[in-house]
Amino acid sequence: MWDIGKKQNPYSDDKLHDACGIFAMMSRSGRTFAGDIPITAMENMHDRGNGLGGGFAAYGIYPDWPELFAFHLMFETKEAKAETEKYLHQHFSSMDGEEIPTRPHPGITSAPILFRYFLRPNHHLLEGLSEDDFVVQRVMHINLKIDGAFVFSSGRNMGVFKAVGHTEDVGRFFKLDEYEAYCWTAHSRFPTNTTAWWGGAHPFSVLDWTVVHNGEISSYGTNRNYLEMQGYFCTMHTDTEVIAYAMDLLARRHGLPIEMVCKVMAPPLWKDIDQMAQADRDLYTTLRVIYGPLLMNGPFSIVMAHQGEMVALGDRIRLRPLVAAERDDVIYIASEEAPIRLVEPTLDRVWIPKGGEPVIVRLDDAAMAKAHPEGRQVLK
Amino acid sequence: MTWEFASPGAFAMAGPTGKITYQPDGRAVVDARGIYYRQLNEQLRQLVKTGAKEIDVINVYGQRYLGTSIPEHVKLRIYGTPGNDMAFAMHGPEIEVFGNAQDGLGNTMDEGEVIVHGSAGDVLAMSMRGGSLWVKGNVGYRCGIHMKEYGDKVPLVVIGGSCQDFFGEYMAGGSVVLLGLGLAAGETHKAAFMGTGMHAGRIFVRGTVDPGQVGKEVGLTEPDAAELEQIRAAVRRYVELFGGDEAEIMATPFVKMYPKSLRPYGRLYAY
Repeated sequence: MWDIGKKQNPYSDDKLHDACGIFAMMSRSGRTFAGDIPITAMENMHDRGNGLGGGFAAYGIYPDWPELFAFHLMFETKEAKAETEKYLHQHFSSMDGEEIPTRPHPGITSAPILFRYFLRPNHHLLEGLSEDDFVVQRVMHINLKIDGAFVFSSGRNMGVFKAVGHTEDVGRFFKLDEYEAYCWTAHSRFPTNTTAWWGGAHPFSVLDWTVVHNGEISSYGTNRNYLEMQGYFCTMHTDTEVIAYAMDLLARRHGLPIEMVCKVMAPPLWKDIDQMAQADRDLYTTLRVIYGPLLMNGPFSIVMAHQGEMVALGDRIRLRPLVAAERDDVIYIASEEAPIRLVEPTLDRVWIPKGGEPVIVRLDDAAMAKAHPEGRQVLK
Repeated sequence: MTWEFASPGAFAMAGPTGKITYQPDGRAVVDARGIYYRQLNEQLRQLVKTGAKEIDVINVYGQRYLGTSIPEHVKLRIYGTPGNDMAFAMHGPEIEVFGNAQDGLGNTMDEGEVIVHGSAGDVLAMSMRGGSLWVKGNVGYRCGIHMKEYGDKVPLVVIGGSCQDFFGEYMAGGSVVLLGLGLAAGETHKAAFMGTGMHAGRIFVRGTVDPGQVGKEVGLTEPDAAELEQIRAAVRRYVELFGGDEAEIMATPFVKMYPKSLRPYGRLYAY
């Protein structure tokens, strides 16, 4: 865990706000796109962020090792790196780590040591856990217990890249123009209540679940308490990470379809539930009763993604912007329409999604089998 | 020793501006591709100052505040997707957009006209106090929020398609006409919480409005004869701008949304 508070927040304020810019795109057929497309789109929305955080999630970028967990780590010191590598070697079989390729950029300063590792959990240590649960526990251990080390990406055939800086600069720093992904999500940060640091940029992730977020989660305290009881520990000094953990808990561990995950986070209003037919009324009442602590209150537009699936969701009364567009097999999501038009001048359809109604994009079966040969894990 | 301070205008011009070409009729065409909004807006102001009456702006991708601080009756044609807060506090120009407008169009607009040959985003006409907005297609959330009027200064918003929730929220004046032309036969407007907090002004909706769709501060009635004439005049102008059939549009009855009270919260804080 990194204690940024002492260095950057002498008054120990701990309020949590965000207001930012979002772009995402995904091909249903698994066609891949180089990172300069999301970079161009984010550059167009430059003014939505203020240079204190930018990042990208890219799916399908490590096709040569689709079965290995790709860990992206940032280290404050060489000692933190040595301690983390010792820990990784205890729990995983791995190829040697390598430095994450970067190119110098004047807009990106104070970079930590950036390394990535392609890992396979040591099966004799699983003790009945799934590989995914084993990885989540190891990630939580590193982020909580190893001083100056931080795992910012831990999924298969995907990766998160983020930094303090303007998003387009972050993308060029990480050479994202050299990666090909079937799904990109991107974010520019305008931190209003917590200090900027490299780990605090979006996307937030655990395993291959990522989230980018414009808004603020007013229910953060309630969400965080509930998630801690489920084994997720908030270490990133901002509200958005609860969404990533909630998605992992609901979709992966509890097996809810993504439509239902959205209805937990942004449930229908009670006045609408009262108008529903009996079966739906029972369903949505049950969801609100069981998962009340995972209701995300406050203004938000988010894009969540994991292997083969992307979903955009706005809060129920749309207090943050979200535009969707479609061209052939590609769905685009952004805070504004202009960046979508800039990267794809010919669109079949543009629309403003209704608050609380998710826009869901899925890889078709053939593309899914190719990008993620292990398929979706079904637990229990 | 003398000091030379750059004038504010010079400071604002300190980046690349759009390439200008001229049409045979003398009209200036500004290529906005890749031009930052501050430089683009300053360039438009300078063009108007030097006598331009009509300017086409092409390749617009999200530049904000177009039309702001140009206190002249000039004509701007925008090709592309203008950015948020177009016509913010605008006083004078006529803007025609060939594309969709983003959020905040007509924010605190004072005088002039904006015509959008497409759709518009959220909070259209927020705090608008004069002039008129014409949108061919649909609009997003909270359009008409806190529009106002004073004396003979009454803003007018005419929307061809439908709207999303909180339409006319906290409305304090002005006139809005919602035509619902994109709706299929028998389809109704989907918006909820229409007119929540409304305490002045008027909204005319073509088609039906369910009492469950409007805020508790809103009453529903039929427009009177004088109001129907206002609606007819708006429809006539809409048809001139975007096409359609006036008689056909007017054949469907309108509902008037009006505030039941001038001070819906008057007793909330004063007891």
